[in-house]
Amino acid sequence: MYVAVKGGEKAIDNAHDWLAEERRGAPDVAELSVAQIREQLALAVNRVMTEGSLYDPDLAALAIKQARGDLIEAIFLIRAYRTTLPRFGYSVPVETGEMACDRRISATFKDVPGGQVLGPTFDYTHRLLDFALEAEGLERSAPEAAEAEAHPVMPRVTEFLNKEGLIQHEPRPAVESVPGDLTREPLQLPADRALRLQALSRGDEGFVLSMAYSTQRGYAKNHPFVGELRIGSVAVEMEIPELGFAVEMGEVVLTECETVNQFTGSRTEPPQFTRGYGLTFGQTERKAISMALVDRAMRWQELGEDDKGAPAQDEEFVLYHCDNIQATGFLEHIKLPHYVDFQSELELVRRLRREAEASGQAARQEAAE
Amino acid sequence: MAMAADALTGGFTDAPRQSARAFRAALEAMARPGSVHPLTDLAQAPDPVSPAAATLLLVLCDPETPVFLAGAHDCAAVRDWITFHTGAPLAPAAEATFALGPWQALMPLSAYAPGTPEYPDRSATLIVDGDFAGQPVTLSGPGIETTTHAVLPDIAALQANAAGFPLGLDFYFTSGAELMALPRSTRIASAEES
Amino acid sequence: MRDELSRSGKGQAMEEYNFAYLDEQTKRMIRRALLKGMAVPGYQVPFASREMPMPYGWGTGGVQVSAAVMVPEDCFKVIDQGADDTTNAVSIRRFFERTAGVAVTERTGEATVIQTRHRIPEQPLEEGQILVYQVPIPEPLRFLEPSEVETRKMHALEEYGLMHVKLYEDIARHGEISTSYAYPVKVEGRYVMDPSPIPKFDNPKLRMAAIQLFGAGREQRIYALPPWCEVVSLDFEDYPFQASRADHDCDLCGAEGSYLDEVITDDAGGRMFVCSDTDFCAGRRDAGHLGRLGATEDVA
Repeated sequence: MYVAVKGGEKAIDNAHDWLAEERRGAPDVAELSVAQIREQLALAVNRVMTEGSLYDPDLAALAIKQARGDLIEAIFLIRAYRTTLPRFGYSVPVETGEMACDRRISATFKDVPGGQVLGPTFDYTHRLLDFALEAEGLERSAPEAAEAEAHPVMPRVTEFLNKEGLIQHEPRPAVESVPGDLTREPLQLPADRALRLQALSRGDEGFVLSMAYSTQRGYAKNHPFVGELRIGSVAVEMEIPELGFAVEMGEVVLTECETVNQFTGSRTEPPQFTRGYGLTFGQTERKAISMALVDRAMRWQELGEDDKGAPAQDEEFVLYHCDNIQATGFLEHIKLPHYVDFQSELELVRRLRREAEASGQAARQEAAE
Repeated sequence: MAMAADALTGGFTDAPRQSARAFRAALEAMARPGSVHPLTDLAQAPDPVSPAAATLLLVLCDPETPVFLAGAHDCAAVRDWITFHTGAPLAPAAEATFALGPWQALMPLSAYAPGTPEYPDRSATLIVDGDFAGQPVTLSGPGIETTTHAVLPDIAALQANAAGFPLGLDFYFTSGAELMALPRSTRIASAEES
Repeated sequence: MRDELSRSGKGQAMEEYNFAYLDEQTKRMIRRALLKGMAVPGYQVPFASREMPMPYGWGTGGVQVSAAVMVPEDCFKVIDQGADDTTNAVSIRRFFERTAGVAVTERTGEATVIQTRHRIPEQPLEEGQILVYQVPIPEPLRFLEPSEVETRKMHALEEYGLMHVKLYEDIARHGEISTSYAYPVKVEGRYVMDPSPIPKFDNPKLRMAAIQLFGAGREQRIYALPPWCEVVSLDFEDYPFQASRADHDCDLCGAEGSYLDEVITDDAGGRMFVCSDTDFCAGRRDAGHLGRLGATEDVA
């Protein structure tokens, strides 16, 4: 009769077996391959890489398969794997100005040197279910690529404003300091901008999106324009101390967003345009744009702006709550047994009620007398 | 050449397990101030570093922990050994996470970081290696049920360190294959007083 | 074969991962934090908590601390709510069987390292044992002041007025302090500390012969209590701290002074009270102690 939560070991084994069965789904439907996920669910793969902080499309695809498509679970798998990897060093900053762009748009100029390149985007598609996709095996014709000039030089749009002195100058630090690493050092506040950007880049897409949206709706409004959004591949190089020069380690696809924000000046800064910045793995532009808006909102102190008490301005609030692996773990842990604490609450409430009842009765008696 | 060979030897053969055992002894020591703990899994550094001190260095130091060497311990052979086995950068006393040397050479205690009121953990740990001219003391405080006896160098300096709690330095005293710890939380009285 | 060996605890650990899972550099970082925690009892040392293969909030802090202190010769016990066979306890125990190859036990007296969630075992712990707590929110002031920047300042200045105001308001409203678990304590007269969500029944046991280590993974904090450390539950002179206790004996083993779980046995209001510490209860029954229902119950 007395069972409570007993037989834990067997229960866990059975649950895992069942999970494996459910993951596979109906056996008469062909099993998904990791390569299929990598190639055909690439945007999910990109999100898992970005928030998992690990650039490996194959592992991200595997994680998505193992997680049954639950992307936060997949990010968790990638993070747990990543943490076991030794850290050999850090790359030199990637030169996104030399990115081989697949997509590059600016909302602040009609045309820019290098041109506007729409690339593979959902923008301007009509969101109508395409039932042709349901019929498998239909080969689509490849788009006619403008092969002539595959990857023209595309200078950064914000540089045009910078040359005129119209946008906040971001000087390179005189001494290149070793970049902080949130995964190796505990977060301490106030965090510098590099650490904030790191946290936002790893942060949950939904959370960062909502924070960004809140700034658009007036909570620390900062009037952003997409100065430039570019997606493409860049070389990753690392300094090898023994060699004395940087060596190319490989290429990664990145999304970079620079926003140009209105700014009327403050006590310390003249009127000028200001910047927000977003950088993420793969094609993840919703995230990169959101990140840029939140980055800009958190720069209020540096620009001498007022603290409007908006959530997106509150670095501690944003940084401590943007990580979906921390959030989901803590949220879901309330499924674990808490009966010991509940028991002590139960006894307390019973006692307080008894006492309240007793004093109530006494009061009634007094009143009756 | 002999120096270079020294620098490359004396590490652990099975680091995960050996450093686990050594750390456990170091933890027990820090948890029970004044008690002496023998180490079973020993590293061997060049003279004059004791095996116990060499073991502590391997267990606790890495590229994230600047190390200060004092007195005879500050020699090329020891520096090379630490660099090769731990990757710890050598640093002046004020920046050191760990300091190693004989008591007299490590002085004064004011040279080391005692932590900050918000982060008292950002303080140096001193590994006092080898014999010293000591005085009997009675210790009490966290880790000690009532009182315990020990022999310590320069009671006044250590009492001043303890008086700064929660800021302050923490100490390991190493000799041969044994170690003893003295955290800043321990209250020290000279044996005559008590 | 490998699997069988590791289940017995005497075999080798999974070879794909380092001993006790964490890499050596991570262990060194945690070990340094543990030593500083030991030197400043009750103070929360920040540490770079790693992403573990179990979720945050499910004991990642405790697991990292256990991994950092564990030696191959250890005998490991895990309890959740006082019980060895609750699902999360089983999961964590298995993790170390697999990754460290250590022996495991359900007996408090045999264990050298005990990882716990929400309880301190009834049997007094001894020198040589280590109790590792899983901590969800290490900051005792957090629910009074949400900002970490502010609470860190309060600890630095030893400014604990806010906590006393909260406890006093409790008394004003309810006639007693209405915190029944995670009851704050003051350590060695200096730091106010959260003893993790143990029932306040367990608070008096916090001064003990064993080493106590607290790990909060998500919040990236480690803190510690050396043996025999002075730990005082916060109270007022006219409202002294009282450890809670149910008005029952254990229905299985008849124990009078243990912490009890209330188990609902049917839908007609039937219930029984049993020790939350399953090893303590089983040990007493083995020794011949019987409670009200002990003789008749089939205790699986």
